[in-house]
Formats: sequence, structure tokens, C-alpha cells
Amino acid sequence: MSAVKAKHQRLILVVIALVALVAAGVIASWALRNQASYFYVPSQFVEDPPAPGQAIRLGGMVEANSIKTQSDGVTIDFVVGDGDARVPVRYSGIVPDLFVEGSGVVAEGKMQSDGTFVADNLLAKHDENYVPRELQDMNDQHKKAAVAETTI
Amino acid sequence: MHGFANPTRFLRIARPLTPWLLGLGLALAGSALAWGLFVAPAERLQGDTVRILFIHVPSAWLGMAGWTAIAGASLAEIVWRHPLAAIAGRAAALPGAVFTALCLATGSLWGRPAWGTWWEWDGRLTSMLVLLFLYLGYMALSGATAREGGSSRIPAIFGLVGVINVPIIHFSVLWWSSIHQPPSISTGGSAMAPAFLWPLMVATLGFTLLFVAVVLMRMRALLAEAQAEARMRRRAREAA
Repeated sequence: MSAVKAKHQRLILVVIALVALVAAGVIASWALRNQASYFYVPSQFVEDPPAPGQAIRLGGMVEANSIKTQSDGVTIDFVVGDGDARVPVRYSGIVPDLFVEGSGVVAEGKMQSDGTFVADNLLAKHDENYVPRELQDMNDQHKKAAVAETTI
Repeated sequence: MHGFANPTRFLRIARPLTPWLLGLGLALAGSALAWGLFVAPAERLQGDTVRILFIHVPSAWLGMAGWTAIAGASLAEIVWRHPLAAIAGRAAALPGAVFTALCLATGSLWGRPAWGTWWEWDGRLTSMLVLLFLYLGYMALSGATAREGGSSRIPAIFGLVGVINVPIIHFSVLWWSSIHQPPSISTGGSAMAPAFLWPLMVATLGFTLLFVAVVLMRMRALLAEAQAEARMRRRAREAA
């Protein structure tokens, strides 16, 4: 009888310890919500504009028909949006394979005083949709759903 | 659960099971990789780099499942003092660490062409790296306590505390904005076309069977090691 009791006592102790541990983990993760985020989305830029010159990451969707190549051939201008807000971005350099209109992007750089975000590094973001090349002509609804799911 | 407490009984089941798991796992994982490399189509945006998925995802799953197994063994060790628990935890650690390292390596190889970077200090990537360090720490700790005759409850506490990282890895892409894409497959369905989903499922099943086979083999090896050492000690005592 006493052996069973000791076993139950250990089980209760372990369960209490695990609950405390998980609670601590969740609270810590919650507190880290902003700090552990890899990038800010355009609506956060509009709500709380970063100081010009502050190094920051901007993430969102490259708006359709917004990529414009400048006359020097390496500088591109495009617009990053999240459905609520839009931020114009300028970047000079080679873009990753997955950088296309309607897809996710993370730009590292600084906000200029004229409201343009100048990126010195550009990362493409893949979404959770895996579509064979043959099926690339997704219907618009599917595309919209994909954009909505990947943009917070 | 205590039916397997007797090592002889465990061996009677594990020994004939191992070749079946190993053979089936190798066949499934091998054919799924061939399927993914030669039959599956190129992806719309990623092109051929999508094929790394069929190693990357099973590796990530087994890295996390491996630690969950260690946590389960640790619970059995602390609460029920199960005689095979410490050995099970030690046996799962090495393959878990290998798959975690494989996940990080394949992810990095994929990230260069897809994202434009080998590595980013992002929530998902960092928490997966932490998992690899946890494995290395657990292996060092459980190896040392087994070698030096310390209590196997010390690595068990470590294994139980470390399990907090598993949900953090899973939710890292949902809680925090991340460069890594959110999960494609959930209980609600799949955002992945069947042409990728099927070989991925087969690969995951195959690698999982391989993982279980390796863990069983390592458990048998650790048991044999412990028996050999006990025999040697006994002989040394008798000779003295």
C-alpha cells in the first residue's frame, strides 16, 4: 500500500512541476511576442512608425503589379502590404528565387524620412501552399486565402 | 506497462520485431525518396528544391518525436521507476539528435535558394537549434550518469524539463512572425498538393519505422552492455 502511495505522490509532484513549467513557458513566450517576432508588418509600421534610420525588418506581401525596375537595372521599387496598410520599398541587388508579386517577403533596412523603406537585404518567404508547376494557375479565391493565411 | 519491466520479456518481443521494422522502414523511406526525387513534380515557385522536403519534414518530426519519447521515458523513470526507462531514453537520444541535425542542415540548404539566406535567428530556426543542444546535453548527462554510476533520475529530470521546447518549436511560426512558413498539414486539411503530400506521408512513416528499429537495437545493445559489465564485476569479486 505504501509503495502505491509513494508512486502516486511522485506522479502528483511531476504533474504539478510540469504544469508550472508549461505555464512559465507560455508566459515567457507571451512576453516575448513582440521581441521574438522576426519582422513587423505594415500596419504595425503605420500604428507605431519606427524612427528614420533605425534598423528594422518589414514583412508582408509584395503587392501585385507593384514591382518596378529602375533605369539602372538593379534597383527595384515595390509595395509591401498586409491588407490594411502599405509601405513602399526600394532595394538594390539580386533578389531570391521566391521573390515574386503576391508572395511573402521580409526586407531588412531603414525607414527614410520620406516614408520609403530602403532595404539592404531582401528575403523571400514561402507560404504553406505547395502547388505543382502544372497547377500554378490557382483561382483567385485560393490565392486570396493563401495571402490571408500567411499575412498576420 | 510493467509487463515489459522484465528485460528478458522485452528482448523476446524486441528481437523478432527489429528486422521487420528495419526492413519495412528502409523499403518505405527508400521508395518515398525515389518517388520524391524522380516522380513528384517541381513546385510552382521553389522548382526542384521542393524535393528536400521529403527528408526535411520527417527529420523535423523525428527530432521532436524523439524528445517526446525521452520525456515519456523520463516520466516512467521518475514516477514508476521503470527498469527499462533510462535505457529507452538513452537509446532515443542519439537518433533524435541525428535527425534534428539533419533537419537543420537540409533546412539551411533549402533556405539559401528559397529565402536567400543560409540561416536566420528566427523563432523556428532558433528553437530547433536549441533542441539539438538539448539532445547533446542529455546525451552527455545520461552517458555520464550511466558510466559513473550516478542516479538515472538526474537525466530524467533534464528530459522532462526539456520537453517544454517541443510545443515552442511547433507554435513558433504561429505565435511570432517568422521567416519559416506555417505548417502545411493540420487536422483541418492540407495546403499541400497530393503530388507532394503522398510521398511525404510515406517518407515520414518509413523514417519513423527506421527510428523505432534503431531505438530497439540501441536498447538491446545498452542492455547487453549492462549485463556484460555486471558479469565482469561478479567475476572480479569472485576472483578477489
